[in-house]
Amino acid sequence: MTSPAPSPEPQEAPRLDAAAVPALSIDGVSHAYGPRRALIDVSFNVQPASFTALLGLNGAGKSTLFSLITRLFGIQSGRVGIFGHDIGKSPGEALRLLGVVFQPRTLDLDLSLTQNLLYHAALHGISRREAAARSAELLGRIGLSDRAGSKVRDLSGGQMRRLEIARALLHRPRLLLLDEPTVGLDVKARADIISQVRQLVTEQGIGVLWATHLFDEILPSDDLVVLHQGKVLARGPMSRVVTDAGAQDVNTAFMRLTGAQTMPGGGGA
Amino acid sequence: MSSITTRDASRGFSFAEYMTCLTGIVWREGLRFLHQRERFVSALVRPLVWLFIFAAGFRQVLGISIIPPYETYILYEVYIAPGLMAMIQLFNGMQSSLSMVYDREMGNMRTLLVSPLPRGFLLFCKLLAGTAVSLLQVYAFLLIAWFWDITPPSSGYLTVLPALILSGLMLGSLGMLISSGIKQLENFAGVMNFVIFPMFFASSALYPLWRVQEGSPYLYYLCEANPFTHAVELIRFALYGQINWISLAVVASCTIVFMIGAIWAYDPSRGLARRGPAGGEG
Repeated sequence: MTSPAPSPEPQEAPRLDAAAVPALSIDGVSHAYGPRRALIDVSFNVQPASFTALLGLNGAGKSTLFSLITRLFGIQSGRVGIFGHDIGKSPGEALRLLGVVFQPRTLDLDLSLTQNLLYHAALHGISRREAAARSAELLGRIGLSDRAGSKVRDLSGGQMRRLEIARALLHRPRLLLLDEPTVGLDVKARADIISQVRQLVTEQGIGVLWATHLFDEILPSDDLVVLHQGKVLARGPMSRVVTDAGAQDVNTAFMRLTGAQTMPGGGGA
Repeated sequence: MSSITTRDASRGFSFAEYMTCLTGIVWREGLRFLHQRERFVSALVRPLVWLFIFAAGFRQVLGISIIPPYETYILYEVYIAPGLMAMIQLFNGMQSSLSMVYDREMGNMRTLLVSPLPRGFLLFCKLLAGTAVSLLQVYAFLLIAWFWDITPPSSGYLTVLPALILSGLMLGSLGMLISSGIKQLENFAGVMNFVIFPMFFASSALYPLWRVQEGSPYLYYLCEANPFTHAVELIRFALYGQINWISLAVVASCTIVFMIGAIWAYDPSRGLARRGPAGGEG
């Protein structure tokens, strides 16, 4: 593997209107937990207004990568940029443009829906009045306005996920990360969430990185990154990745690329 | 021009944004506290048991001579009241760090840590919020204690406030420092035994140190070196409108050291990062 050449754009002031700047750029990122290497020289980009699926089995390194992008862990080597802002050097600016839905639930179960949203808004320095308006609007959009005052504990799994996505959008990020957001949900809830997120891409131009191990969540027009045992095995439009692997569908392509014996089902829960 | 338009020329955060964040964190901690009524009750019952039962029983055993800041002979209940106030804060400090470990396991901590504001500031807000909760508990205790004839001068209720804030911050940051080193919730119970009880008993909370010195000089030195002793003494003097300068210096320095340590330990490139993925990797 050749080490990635330093990209030219970081020299310039990062601007959202610069079309060339990717929403997310991962350049030569490696990470180890002691002797165990979780990520090895990972590089790929997520473009604004695109849906990029990060496909990998459990343990492929997806969550580690998410922890690095969100600055939960420090970068050991390589570079992570969000619209040109280096997460290590200017985390404030980078995190401001980023919304994230983690795999484990991160809602406060004893607080109400609105209280959860207001807390998140406060963490982003959004004034109370503005936060209340945005919360009401977002709750309306996900069809949970009538539940605004109920405790999160009383929601279903699908509703909680939708609330988490709404929360991640509260500070109007330009890049949205979702780590296996449909795990544990029924078919209907899965479909709702996928269509909600795809709408964000087409209507609001948000760049989405969607980590999953479920093939049926990926469309041929999506960008695809195949992560296996910490390494990127393939990346590009899904149709091209499939053709390059000499396969008919993403399932077979993934099997050929990884040499995996057993395939994860497409069933979700 | 070029030096200004580099990436460092980020917009940064305004004072209002910092304040919004601070009030948001304190508000959330307050809400959580109100939702956990059992926590409030147990936070009150614990010192009251000491006051009503332990102190009543020991009143005859332990005579208290006139020592500063007291100007007359005092009842044993009056002596241990400041120690119990500090105990409330000790438990609260450890409990809010327990909630950080819980938050980390449950993933709530991530919500806090992916805020774009500087991480040190976020943790400081969290500490202040925990301290604010401990103040509610302490004043509720003082109210009940007043009916039990623990009646410091009325101005004492005000002068003790800065002391309580400082000691609350010290004990909270100690808890945070400890929590950063704990992987799992279960391990915390052990730390409670190894931190809370030794700190409380090897201090001036229950007995004046001159009495300890008579019994065991070594224990006396241990008590003197215990930051909790100084938190107790700072509170005791402040409750009577006086300042114990040595205790103030010790508590202030310990607060700074523990806080820097906690912020250091929660730095993404250190503490948390070494421990591998939280909540399972996928």
